[in-house]
Amino acid sequence: MRDVIRFVRRGQVVEVSDFHPRTTLLDWLRLTDRATGTKEGCAEGDCGACTIVLRRLRNGAPVVEPVNSCILFLGQADGAEILTVEDLGDPDGRPAGASGEGLHPVQRAMVDMHGSQCGFCTPGIVMSLFALHETAPGPVDRRAIDDALAGNLCRCTGYRPIADAAARACGPERAPPRPLPTFPEADPERDVFVGSDETFFAAPASEASLAALYARHPDAVLVSGATDVGLWATKALRDLPKIIWLGRVAGLDAVEDDGATLTLGATLTHARALPLLAGLDPDIGELLRRFGSVQVRASGTVGGNIANGSPIGDLAPVMIALGAEVELRRGDEVRRVPMEDFFIAYRKQDRRPSEFVRAVRVRRPGRDAAFRCFKVSKRFDEDISAVMGAFHFVLGEAGGERVIRSARIAYGGMAGIPKRAALAEAALAGAPLSSRKAWDLALDAIAGDFSPMSDQRANAAYRGHVARNLLLKALTEVAGASTDRTRIVGRRPPELEAAHGR
Amino acid sequence: MAADLQGDGLTRAEGSGRPPHPVDRGAVPRGGDGPVHVHRAYPHDSAHLHVQGAASYLDDLLEPEGTLHLAVGMSPAARGRIAAMDLAPVRAAPGVVRVVTAGDIPGRNDISPALGDETLLADTHVAFHGQAMFLVAATTRDAARRAARLGRIEIEAQEPSVTVEDAERRDERVLPDYAFGRGDVATALKAAPRMLEGRLRIGGQEHFYLEGQAALAIPGEDGAILVHSSTQHPTEVQHVVARILNVPDALVTCEVRRMGGAFGGKESQATQWAALAALAARVTGRPCKLRLDRDDDFALTGKRHDFRVDYRLGFDADGRVSAYDVDFLACCGHSADLSQGVVDRTMFHADNAYFLPAARVASRRLKTNTVSNTAFRGFGGPQGMLAIEKAMDDVARLTGRDPLDVRLANLYAPGRDETPFGMKVEETDTLRAIMEGLERSSGYRERRAQVDAFNAGGGWLRRGLALTPVKFGISFTLTHLNQAGALVHVYTDGSVQLNHGGTEMGQGLYRKVAQVVAEEFGIGLERVRITATTTDKVPNTSPTAASAGSDLNGMAAKVAASTIRARMAGIAAALWGVDEEAVRFRDGMVAAGAESMTFADLARACHQQRVHLSATGFYRTPNITWDRASATGRPFFYFAYGAACAEVLVDTLTGENRVTRVDILHDVGASLNPAIDIGQIEGGFVQGMGWLTTEELVYAPDGRLLTHAPATYKIPVSSDVPADFRVELFPNSARQDTIYRSKAVGEPPVMLANSVFCAIADALASLDPGRPVPLDAPATPEAILNAALALGGGR
Ligand SMILES: Cc1cc2nc3c(=O)[nH]c(=O)nc-3n(C[C@H](O)[C@H](O)[C@H](O)COP(=O)(O)OP(=O)(O)OC[C@H]3O[C@@H](n4cnc5c(N)ncnc54)[C@H](O)[C@@H]3O)c2cc1C
Ligand code: FES
Ligand code: FES
Repeated sequence: MRDVIRFVRRGQVVEVSDFHPRTTLLDWLRLTDRATGTKEGCAEGDCGACTIVLRRLRNGAPVVEPVNSCILFLGQADGAEILTVEDLGDPDGRPAGASGEGLHPVQRAMVDMHGSQCGFCTPGIVMSLFALHETAPGPVDRRAIDDALAGNLCRCTGYRPIADAAARACGPERAPPRPLPTFPEADPERDVFVGSDETFFAAPASEASLAALYARHPDAVLVSGATDVGLWATKALRDLPKIIWLGRVAGLDAVEDDGATLTLGATLTHARALPLLAGLDPDIGELLRRFGSVQVRASGTVGGNIANGSPIGDLAPVMIALGAEVELRRGDEVRRVPMEDFFIAYRKQDRRPSEFVRAVRVRRPGRDAAFRCFKVSKRFDEDISAVMGAFHFVLGEAGGERVIRSARIAYGGMAGIPKRAALAEAALAGAPLSSRKAWDLALDAIAGDFSPMSDQRANAAYRGHVARNLLLKALTEVAGASTDRTRIVGRRPPELEAAHGR
Repeated sequence: MAADLQGDGLTRAEGSGRPPHPVDRGAVPRGGDGPVHVHRAYPHDSAHLHVQGAASYLDDLLEPEGTLHLAVGMSPAARGRIAAMDLAPVRAAPGVVRVVTAGDIPGRNDISPALGDETLLADTHVAFHGQAMFLVAATTRDAARRAARLGRIEIEAQEPSVTVEDAERRDERVLPDYAFGRGDVATALKAAPRMLEGRLRIGGQEHFYLEGQAALAIPGEDGAILVHSSTQHPTEVQHVVARILNVPDALVTCEVRRMGGAFGGKESQATQWAALAALAARVTGRPCKLRLDRDDDFALTGKRHDFRVDYRLGFDADGRVSAYDVDFLACCGHSADLSQGVVDRTMFHADNAYFLPAARVASRRLKTNTVSNTAFRGFGGPQGMLAIEKAMDDVARLTGRDPLDVRLANLYAPGRDETPFGMKVEETDTLRAIMEGLERSSGYRERRAQVDAFNAGGGWLRRGLALTPVKFGISFTLTHLNQAGALVHVYTDGSVQLNHGGTEMGQGLYRKVAQVVAEEFGIGLERVRITATTTDKVPNTSPTAASAGSDLNGMAAKVAASTIRARMAGIAAALWGVDEEAVRFRDGMVAAGAESMTFADLARACHQQRVHLSATGFYRTPNITWDRASATGRPFFYFAYGAACAEVLVDTLTGENRVTRVDILHDVGASLNPAIDIGQIEGGFVQGMGWLTTEELVYAPDGRLLTHAPATYKIPVSSDVPADFRVELFPNSARQDTIYRSKAVGEPPVMLANSVFCAIADALASLDPGRPVPLDAPATPEAILNAALALGGGR
């Protein structure tokens, strides 16, 4: 067992053991390390002013991840190199002079293109663009830049000069990537436990030791990416004396794909899940592209999104519509629950004390299936859904006509839990695909399926209209309408526009 | 450094896929004896620091030993009498050093800018949800925040007023009603061939400066205190701190090097946090820092005013307006704050760019149990303008004319050039040239045909297009604020220190004023050291607001620098036996005929000759008068103009939308710094677009602000800004004697975003042509869907 956390800072391995488990990386940087270049704009993961870059080795390969340091616990940096805006400059780490020579190309471009006004967002933007610079496979277009910046708010510039700076620094003539540091010696088999039995930050190395530790401390809080839990510390001011971080548990992020079923380990980040889920259907890829921001997707995990049990979490409706299962473990006992049964009531899940989510198992839609999902939010990028609808139709033929054999329809934002639209599904089952009458029955059924709430994101009436209209949109598309005429973003590739299966 | 600061050759718009072009187009050609440093695209003075995280904001300052951290205890109810406040659990919390309440205030418990209607800490009553009731000083910020939630507070709560209608019902106002106008509107409306009535609700807006409110107070000797404050108005902080502590102004110094954004939100509303820090420092004898958490900042600080606007318009079949009768009902929040000036400016801009033969412009300043609304870029102007733009659209729908034609028909023109408050619009030619220039360069007419053809195809997706003007009055309407001071020192090595009363919040003011001083002395910009704004160098300053920062401080600094330059020229002239007028300052040299020496050598020579190398400069805007009581005079030195053309795509099933292209043509006179000015235009436009689209403030019936965090309050992100974003400076030169014939740029661009709102309405109008579009602001997806449903669409 190891009783310190270790990370690389300014080329040196730093060991820390004297910290409260809920200490955020941002507070450590600003208050202890006195590196005040990284800013706090919101302390809730939404503005990106606190963006820093973590580099680490994952399965031996280097990864570069921009993260929101305001909602990342210090212990989550274990094993990583922490790069902040002060560290860019010269690759050898020499700070740039007042004249600006020795700036990183991203910094240089931000100066040249007038990309800062008040400058408060700038350190975070520089770090997001640095990550883009290090990771983008080729020259970036505006779409890629917008995605890279979705988690960085700038209130002054209107973004145009920042986008221009990104295009210049991440263009065809790109500076070589920054050389890797010497990481702390890897000890993947050792558990990490810092603190006492009353107050600790633990990072077990295996599922077995996780299960054992969680059994001993059923009152501990599991932390995966902390994109939800972080706010319990910074906003709800919860004490969080016992934290078990899942990020070191070997194999908990594993991906298996046997052709029929895709299994995503609980700690798989959204960033890593994105291409896999996009492979099920491009709409899921688009949904994940709009899930939080690059920073949130770099930290946030599939298991965290499901376990959190929010009625507006984006993955759950998709998973319910696809008939996915949650795999849970307590002690040595592993069980599977259909996703729709996992959510019992508002913020109440079928998860017993000391039980953790191990994986999500999702069946690939068949060749006879058509899938659509839509996220509707006040702002397109980096916003929580007002309504999220997922539609899975199994199609077939009857009497020379295309019919909907069965439908699985699930919504987020329409009830206290992510929930199926049973009446609408029933109205469509067996109906001809192009029957306006069946459509109308199903559309009207939505009102019976849900009685949504009014809140700051949307009023109940809006939610009801939109839920209905999303079903209309899905049916219209599956019946053959081009997404050119039905969508303003996230249009589907032409070959996938019409329904599958005929 | 010099090489880095060269503005020439910079390109812009690389990301938009259009050919790069120089950013300092719109600049005055140089060469020969022309200016060197002004009219030039230098980067922001701190750009190289911003990108390295090396620019210090308030929370980055090294804290003095023993600094305590503060947190505010907030009211759990929006309106009522304080029945009990048990703070024992707060005092007992770990790390707490002191709990401060209203009773600890040595001076007057009053932080209002004028009327005495706002407390530092609530004493007997609370007037909005979250109001500051007590203050915790603790050893860490975390400890202070946790303790601040432990207060046991009982309020005898009353039903709060949250909406316009609540306040109307109670008839509670923070200030008296006010109106002005011209002609007999009732008769003119009756006589008009056609008449329409409309109602528009306009939401408020949170500033969302990226750096939240913060202050650090350091006690000194003999009752003196130094307050670092993230404020646009150091002098106001000084006054309020002195009032709270009951000490003379002279004992209080307020300093600010830079703010991480302000936008009006730190004009009057930075003072409370500074005063709390000062009070805690006085009570504990230790340095005290207060930095608000973002959610608390949302709850505790004022916003752009929300309005209901009721209007009646008389017009003819061509859409020409003959009478406008408008009532602006402003939600001011619980106190007056700056609402007098804000709502007056709404009224001053009720006409926007249109001649209104008969007009009645009336306003009510309603008291609501919400945070006190305050200055926000545009200062009331945007709401006034949006209403008449909506009315122009209504006229277009009812007459079947293109909205642009209706706008052009009503534009100020020679002979039709007097505002409802009696000021003449002198540059009607500029206004028309901008509108017609943009109409051409944006391809409005062809695109109008394409949009109409697209919409004629039916379907859920609709396109919309709109081209709207802006005419914005420059000057504080409180005439005495139109003054500024500066202090310039030349040292014997030829380096220069510059100080003035303006504050830097990202708008590039420090850079622009330094350009003016470098120009005056003919030295490189790197020789001009910009120093933090502080009340002990330049006293009695006005807030940096009303877009007037460069106009006022640039002039004051020019006066100071030219005073020193004249003294230096005198010495050079005497040395060389030439006329003073023959002495030139350029490229770091001072020369006359064949004689020359470096600026530094001349500075040294002056010192030898016992010449004073320091000077103050003072400027007051000429030619403005405004008598509010009689509503007569000329409140503005001049108007700034602009126009924008926006195109949108709307999904009428969900209300989701995209802005697909924006063209802007904007008048900044002869730009002092085209890069900075374009930055102000783009940034202002996007901020205005956020106000009118995704930024929605939602209050619960009990007065709680529900959208108190960026998770629920959505300002634009990069993908909301169209890749096709074309901004041009209108080639112009100010007609008034402004600083190098430039014009103010801070606020006017916000209102260019009216084009986005009108374009969304235009898309919806295609659902049922001929009917005014019942769309309120902000045009959230929900508001858009509701309007679509009302027009028979949305399904
Ligand atoms: C700025 C921002 C934007 C966001 N945008 C979106 C969005 O667009 N859509 C969306 O759905 N969500 C969004 N979220 C919410 C959040 O990012 C997601 O829910 C994310 O998937 C949570 O994963 P995590 O690993 O960070 O979870 P954590 O925060 O680490 O944990 C969340 C909860 O799950 C529990 N938990 C975690 N892992 C396990 C496990 N293996 N077994 C049992 N319990 C576990 C934790 O104890 C906690 O209760 C956003 C959050 C932020 C801050
Ligand atoms: S401070 Fe805003 S995202 Fe971290
Ligand atoms: S430059 Fe001010 S927030 Fe981006």
